[in-house]
Amino acid sequence: MRIAVLALQGAFLEHEMMLSKLGIDCFEVRQLEDWQQEKDGLIIPGGESTTQGKLLRDLGLLTPIREAIEGGLPVFGTCAGLILLAREVEGNSPSAPVPPRLATMHTTAARNAYGRQLGSFHVESHFKGIEGDIPMTFIRAPYIKEASEEVEVLSEVDGHIVAARQGNQLVTAFHPELDDDMRVHEYFLKMVKSR
Amino acid sequence: MANRQELNRNLAQMLKGGVIMDVTTPEQARIAEAAGACAVMALERIPADIRAAGGVSRMSDPKMIKGIQEAVTIPVMAKCRIGHIAEAQILQAIEIDYIDESEVLSPADNIYHIDKTQFEVPFVCGARNLSEALRRIAEGATMIRTKGEPGTGDVVQAVSHMRLMQSQIRELVGKREDELFEAAKQLQAPYDLVKYVHDNGKLPVVNFAAGGVATPADAALMMQLGAEGVFVGSGIFKSGDPAKRAAAIVKAVTNYNDPKELAALSEDLGEAMVGINEHEIEVLMAERGQ
Repeated sequence: MRIAVLALQGAFLEHEMMLSKLGIDCFEVRQLEDWQQEKDGLIIPGGESTTQGKLLRDLGLLTPIREAIEGGLPVFGTCAGLILLAREVEGNSPSAPVPPRLATMHTTAARNAYGRQLGSFHVESHFKGIEGDIPMTFIRAPYIKEASEEVEVLSEVDGHIVAARQGNQLVTAFHPELDDDMRVHEYFLKMVKSR
Repeated sequence: MANRQELNRNLAQMLKGGVIMDVTTPEQARIAEAAGACAVMALERIPADIRAAGGVSRMSDPKMIKGIQEAVTIPVMAKCRIGHIAEAQILQAIEIDYIDESEVLSPADNIYHIDKTQFEVPFVCGARNLSEALRRIAEGATMIRTKGEPGTGDVVQAVSHMRLMQSQIRELVGKREDELFEAAKQLQAPYDLVKYVHDNGKLPVVNFAAGGVATPADAALMMQLGAEGVFVGSGIFKSGDPAKRAAAIVKAVTNYNDPKELAALSEDLGEAMVGINEHEIEVLMAERGQ
């Protein structure tokens, strides 16, 4: 198994370290040439979604990645990744053009839903399909405001959807890559194996 | 506060591989965001103008900072003077995402830095070497940047600070455990932080380059030398075509190891900031706050 990690900006190294602890081979995607390698899944890390979206478009990665996801490639997006995968996004700059996105998941994401950095927080909470609570670190995080029927809600915190799955697509508003608990990554790897 | 410190270190991790740009107006902030900046630094005057104007340089007007907070969705940082506890409290009150306790402004205290562990909002601080970096982290900084020599467009100081820091880290990694106590003494830094660097081969917080970065090549150079991201101050809005230069620097940071891509990015950027050489200037900002 080989996982592509989108490495345009953000906390991609943390995902790579998580995969390496789980004994999984991975490679970084910084340009189109990297993307053309064989892969079994894709991780879109946390970072700034406006930065990553713009680079995806400018580097010619937006369309090939969207097509791969629509073709069934398993994808796991954390935080900015959740925003990039969402079909609709609220909370963009009113005056700026809407940043480019993959928009493959039938969700509406609310950006910076908890406010500025003072609103960042850590909780332990339930994640459907994983026994017991898992640590969840939210950094200037989004949440899913609305999801259509084909989206399975995996976790809610304070009444907001913070983890969800739609077929081959898994998203979390929090950052499993920042904590030591590897079970959300294992959950994704199970999705990859069962494809 | 331990939890807050961790969350604040985490925000810096999200900025990695990105470019943080100095902006003085909401309009510049929007240009920076559209060009792919991962955060902006709101300040009344960019370092090159601070240098030219001389006199005492202070925290920016909170109203001006709020205007920038409203203009963009990416994190907004702002500078306070070294040791100026009250300026930092004011910036916290307007919910700034990161405070830069910065040598670019006139220091308010010649001895003491702010006890940053007493704040909820995160701090980034400049450092010329591992000693300064570890002292700032001990005081609660959750992100470090090189000092460089701001407002010059001359990258030489950022290069020497980053090289020195990285070589001091490598030196610590190579030491026996029983040599770390003496190393802590020499570095004038807490033992537990010295031990962390020895064990992990890196700082416990994210480390960016800053000071004098003016071109995509400068940014790529700093990334190759081990920076985890780049601050660009005067380099963008003192140049001929800020939007284009900003976008090019963002891409250069992502593909810093691809000379062909860097060559394409470096084409037709218009005038770079004129700059002044480090030896031609009178005030060395990097010497402030050790």
